[in-house]
Amino acid sequence: MRRFSGFNIVSLTLGIAFLYIPMVVLVVYSFNASRLVTVWAGFSTKWYGELLQNEAFLDAAWVTVKVGVFSSTLATVLGTMAAYALIRRGRFAGRTLFSGMIYAPLVMPEVITGLSLLLLFIAIGLDRGVLTIVLAHTTFSMCYVSVVVSSRLVSFDKSLEEAALDLGCTPFQAFRLVTLPIVAPAVMAGWLLAFTLSLDDLVIASFTAGPSATTLPIKVYSSVRLGVSPEINALSTIFIGLVTIGVLIASVVTKRSIAMRTADERVAGG
Amino acid sequence: MNEPFAPWTDETATPLIRIEQVTKRFGDFTAIDDLSIDIFPREFFALLGPSGCGKTTLMRMLAGFETPSAGRVTIDGQDMGGVAPNRRPVNMMFQSYALFPHLTVWDNVGFGLKREGMAKDKLAACVDEMLKLTQLDALARRKPHQLSGGQRQRVALARSLAKAPKLLLLDEPLGALDKKLRQETQFELMDIQERTGTTFVIVTHDQEEAMTVASRVAVMNHGKLVQVDPPDQIYEQPNSVYVADFIGDVNLIPGRATQVGDMAELAWAEGQGTLLGQPGGGVKADTAASFAIRPEKIAIGREMPEARNRVQGKIIDIGYLGNLSTYHVKLPEGPVMTCEVGNRSRLSRRELTWEDDVWLSWSDTAGLVLPT
Repeated sequence: MRRFSGFNIVSLTLGIAFLYIPMVVLVVYSFNASRLVTVWAGFSTKWYGELLQNEAFLDAAWVTVKVGVFSSTLATVLGTMAAYALIRRGRFAGRTLFSGMIYAPLVMPEVITGLSLLLLFIAIGLDRGVLTIVLAHTTFSMCYVSVVVSSRLVSFDKSLEEAALDLGCTPFQAFRLVTLPIVAPAVMAGWLLAFTLSLDDLVIASFTAGPSATTLPIKVYSSVRLGVSPEINALSTIFIGLVTIGVLIASVVTKRSIAMRTADERVAGG
Repeated sequence: MNEPFAPWTDETATPLIRIEQVTKRFGDFTAIDDLSIDIFPREFFALLGPSGCGKTTLMRMLAGFETPSAGRVTIDGQDMGGVAPNRRPVNMMFQSYALFPHLTVWDNVGFGLKREGMAKDKLAACVDEMLKLTQLDALARRKPHQLSGGQRQRVALARSLAKAPKLLLLDEPLGALDKKLRQETQFELMDIQERTGTTFVIVTHDQEEAMTVASRVAVMNHGKLVQVDPPDQIYEQPNSVYVADFIGDVNLIPGRATQVGDMAELAWAEGQGTLLGQPGGGVKADTAASFAIRPEKIAIGREMPEARNRVQGKIIDIGYLGNLSTYHVKLPEGPVMTCEVGNRSRLSRRELTWEDDVWLSWSDTAGLVLPT
């Protein structure tokens, strides 16, 4: 173990303070007994109780989870298929164009993505609600999934698929029985990423949400404009907790998949 | 009763594989160039050549992973044009073994049979038999990453044999093993081939391996077959300088063929007698040619020998290899010759040493005159 020098301690403290003081303040005030956000009046968990009584928040939370699960699942299926086509089928006509088009949404400003989707939904006469948010979130998170999955497929030994074909699999069976189980950790990581992105999104959701369905970030944003309430603090604390758990799971999955990949490579390398 | 196995000499024999005028191009590069060959049932056929000679491409065409640009491949009388890999009576053992890392040894071996929809109890019996054949019974529940290199090699072999294919393709099957294990495994492979009666086609760049295991060896270069013959003929009757040089060690003395009949003569240096040997590879009189002589066929000594084929030179190097000693002898007007002498008796006094003038000699039938 190397010892920390004084300089390292200072920079580490500054960095961590900068990142986490706002959140600490938020978490601490979520346990404040007073309705006034800026005045400490003792410890209480009553805002958590009130939050559970607030139907509007609960509805929004439910919509958010639904949207997250559906859109990330859809994005994972589409993104994995796109990654597979890009990496596996070698050079085909229009490959560069296709890969460019897959990755373009990564750098597209969200406002533009949101606006274009809004215009599309109006043009085809689709009522805005859960469905439109799911479609919109799928659109932008699918490219993240395809980036994650294709980075795994690049290092995937192609002869494993050929062996499956050789042993009597159709190309689809080879994918289902050999490729997919082996790249599953990357697909899982892609799903978690898509889910988190969907949970976070405010801009695109606010373009594509309708009066019948509001997601939690939109709800939080609109209620904060009427003044910060301790309920929002409680809600945010719960959110921070969930996200932390999600990140921990994702990093464990990733670590596992790296360990498995090294084992694979040892197998391939003989 | 004990007739040697040589269906390629029997005109009534039906080949299992017919490759007819097959060409394969990748862009501008011609990997296989108008190649034709018949391979017979129960053969152990080796494709041998340097990397990039097209041997792997030829094998992948048999497996169905590449389609010929021109020509026809027939397996067991059935045209393979447009037949997908999973519909061919062929299995392949991959160079990287390509074991499925998420499945146990047992499931790897049973993978192909399961795809066939074989009944459970029959499948289990089949897999157990394959594991027994390859001595893997004790490792059935392990995953590939818990196995040694040699064990993985055996799992790959068991998996590719489990479906009892008519033809088994082996792509550098022993390339990843160390030398000792490789030699043991070569004999295991031959044993298994004989017991199952499967036709094996093996791709290798290791000439010793090809010579050990194969019934016939095909030497390839630049997408063409240079020579296809049993190992002893490849070694003793190479049809070109390329084959002679590729298989084993050979001394090549460049010169001109002066006379070609039942025997051929080669003039190699002013003021020296011609060398006498058998003509090979369609060598013609009065053309540039090389005299090819294997190191172990040369006798070395201080006294001038009686033999017609004799040359004089000076020892410049001696290599002691245990079972034999190698002498490098520089000829005044020619190349450095290599000559091998078996060390028959232990502790024999070495008569010859560095800088000694020695005579090299060999019999009339020991060498070949080949066109260059």
